[in-house]
Amino acid sequence: MTELRPLLSLNHLSKAFAGNQVLQDFNMTIYDGEFFTLLGPSGCGKSTVLNLIAGMETADTGDIILLEQDISQIPAEQRPINTVFQSYALFPHMTVFDNVAFGLKMRKLPKAEIKQRVNEALEMVQLAHLASRKPAQLSGGQQQRVAIARAVVNRPKLLLLDESLSALDYKLRQQMQIELKRLQRKLGITFVYVTHDQEEALAMSDRVVVMNQGKIQQVGTPREIYEEPNSLFVAKFIGEINQLEGEIVSVDGQQSYEVKVEEQRWRLHAEHSFSVGDKVNVLLRPEDLRVEYIEADHPDKFLVGTIVERTYKGKTLDSLIRLSSGAELMASEFFDEDDPSFDYRPNQKVAVNWVAGWEVVLPYEA
Amino acid sequence: MARISKALYLTILMLLLYVPIFILVVNSFNASKYGIKWTGFSTKWYEKLVQNDALIQAALNSLTVSIIAATMATVIGTLAAVALYRYDFKGKKFLSGMVFVSMLTPDIVMAIALLIVFITLGISLGFISLLIAHITFCLPFVIIAVYARLNDFDKRMILAARDLGASEWRIFRLVILPLILPAVVSGWLLSFTLSLDDVIVSAFVTGPGYEILPLKVYSMVKVGVSPEVNAISTILLVVSLLIVIASQLIVRKDKTL
Amino acid sequence: MKLDRGFFKFLSIGLISSWLVLFVFFPNLLVVITSFLTRDPVDLVAAQPSIDSYARTFDWLYLQVLWDSLKMSLLATFACLLLGYPFAMAVASLSKRWQAIMLFLLIVPFWTNSLVRTYAIQFMLGKHGLINQFLLFSGIIDKPLDLLYTQFAVILGLCYILLPFMIFPLYSSLEKLDTRLYKAATDLGANSWSRFRLITIPLTLPGIVAGCLMVFLPSMGMFYIADLLGGAKNLLLGNVIKTQFLNTADWPFGSAFSVIMMLLLGAMLWLYYRATRYVSKKGGIDGADF
Repeated sequence: MTELRPLLSLNHLSKAFAGNQVLQDFNMTIYDGEFFTLLGPSGCGKSTVLNLIAGMETADTGDIILLEQDISQIPAEQRPINTVFQSYALFPHMTVFDNVAFGLKMRKLPKAEIKQRVNEALEMVQLAHLASRKPAQLSGGQQQRVAIARAVVNRPKLLLLDESLSALDYKLRQQMQIELKRLQRKLGITFVYVTHDQEEALAMSDRVVVMNQGKIQQVGTPREIYEEPNSLFVAKFIGEINQLEGEIVSVDGQQSYEVKVEEQRWRLHAEHSFSVGDKVNVLLRPEDLRVEYIEADHPDKFLVGTIVERTYKGKTLDSLIRLSSGAELMASEFFDEDDPSFDYRPNQKVAVNWVAGWEVVLPYEA
Repeated sequence: MARISKALYLTILMLLLYVPIFILVVNSFNASKYGIKWTGFSTKWYEKLVQNDALIQAALNSLTVSIIAATMATVIGTLAAVALYRYDFKGKKFLSGMVFVSMLTPDIVMAIALLIVFITLGISLGFISLLIAHITFCLPFVIIAVYARLNDFDKRMILAARDLGASEWRIFRLVILPLILPAVVSGWLLSFTLSLDDVIVSAFVTGPGYEILPLKVYSMVKVGVSPEVNAISTILLVVSLLIVIASQLIVRKDKTL
Repeated sequence: MKLDRGFFKFLSIGLISSWLVLFVFFPNLLVVITSFLTRDPVDLVAAQPSIDSYARTFDWLYLQVLWDSLKMSLLATFACLLLGYPFAMAVASLSKRWQAIMLFLLIVPFWTNSLVRTYAIQFMLGKHGLINQFLLFSGIIDKPLDLLYTQFAVILGLCYILLPFMIFPLYSSLEKLDTRLYKAATDLGANSWSRFRLITIPLTLPGIVAGCLMVFLPSMGMFYIADLLGGAKNLLLGNVIKTQFLNTADWPFGSAFSVIMMLLLGAMLWLYYRATRYVSKKGGIDGADF
């Protein structure tokens, strides 16, 4: 992204339902042309944010600025924003064509233009041949595409996607992820995607905001979110992670600490600043762990434990390792057929290590 | 604003539905003969009712017909619903189609059809013809109520019962019947009131020898407003009200269980 | 065990089949047959095929009567729809608890004697009835209005008795309506009127047709309403049929009317079927996968 032009800013939004504060002082900026994802568990307030942007709900306080214009008082039907709904919400009594044409008809465009634009939109989602069908005659994936066409045909400034892929099965969902991404690039429309599926969020987005309990936990690129989570919540929500307890033994300088973990001392890197004696969480992604099979004595600077369980997952081999302290680690390694020692047996003694610097050290949380 | 107008509209329409009934009931206790002005509380019209032997006889006749018709309709209808639910057989579509059509058939059309069939078959108009007619128009209501209830529960339960060795009769008595009982009872109650209230069909298929209450009331009303009619109407309303409350309680209680 | 299964099945199916065939199918067949026969002064019906009864139905005099009675039923149906639709919408938007209360209040009239309720209306509309008394008292009029024994009274009575039958199907189709569609329509720029016109109305068409069916058809037959509220002049189809059967003893003619009503029922059921298809699935060009 060369030039970041703010398209939409949410300023100090708050919203309560029946005394239940869903959002409080919520601030966020979305840039023109990006694929932006709101990620969080259900009930985190992400759908409320979407509803506020779309105009389906009104915020208690705060404003919504779209292209330097405050739209918070503009009714939903007049906002240049369209939505692809979770359940598609296609009009069952209208044909595919009429569904897609609905928004243009509401804007009272000339018939010829409507026809042309609808056909273009259907062409784009490869459904031109089904224009005269009714939604119930289409498959789930086709319905999904109609819903997308129905929204983008209006050339919105912003396209909202509310868990739009969650109704599809796994394979179709993956295929649609790629298609959506391609479509977004082609159209240049800013997409705001809402999901609780972290894999989906990482795969599609330019930027992700992780939300919990009505608050932003972290904003960043998928890579930042995954590799540099700023809280235990984000770390755990974005994929599997191992969590070990530790204590700062000494401060070695800028972002470098000596930490006692599992009765051993380690030199670790941390974004946070700590002082001696602070309790910390050391977080390790399963795929960052290296497992080595050992006989009896263990060398220093390794976590030692025994294999409790192994799960063959095709691409990877997942091992559950119990350390001598009782803590358990999950290691996920790419399967290497050429390595005879790769297949660890249960109760096998192993040593675990990781690439220095790939750990995440955060203040201790229970 | 929209909420207030909505509430207002609902209230007004409900009032319009209930006010006439309410006034009728109040007037049945009005001492005045013409019911124009309130001249004091009185139960004399009820006392007069009791002395009207023809009316009492008609009421007894009505009760007899309604109780027997409701019971027969409930038995046949329940068996029919269970059969339609459980079995596949030739003509099932035709049968359920007839149930559906007979429920939607306007009363007057059914009345004519039954009258013609009674005359053709030589069934004399009176108690028997009334009974058959009432059973016929109550049947679809029972069938549909019981069938809907059956549809609510898991069909595999019956398979399980059979798997455990229950005979067909026992499956019906020990598994199906307890589950559909609320629907059966409310089907009976509905049949009873439908039968007790019917004017249209009865007007066609009854004979001069067997007078029933709705027709008696009908002829009294046609002659003109008489305070006795207010009294008998009030009694009929109260009976209906008690029955509908009973039926609702059965359904409600069943839902909470 | 096999024997017992067979017996139970035989008993339950046999009982209902014979009842329905004997008292529903056979009678209706007889009505159709009778309608094509000739009247006989002695035996009621003579076995002489004729379409005379139908021809007479389209006789100018009868057409007039027919139209007058149909008009009242049609107006009553229309009035019920106009009153009932907002009512059903309002009920459907209430909380579950209030919905249950409102539905109960609507069910009660269904269970109460409609003759008695018609009588209650007669009582209200009379020269000295409550409405006239009220209007006189409040000084809006100085002479009692002739409310009773008018077409208006009959239509009012029909509405009064049949309104719940309109509201129930409307309510059930409104209640089934997916509110997310409103959200989608709003999102696409539809205002509340467009939403109502393009989403609510089309999607509740089955309810509208069903409600009209359940009001219009019975309304034609309710002779006692015309008797009590319409007097001698304002007859419903039911009064005509009743006279043909019970007074004039012209069975073929009465049967012809009855057949026409069944055809109407059939037509409305077909409409209902079309409406349900329209809102649910198919339609458009089936399997046009080119």
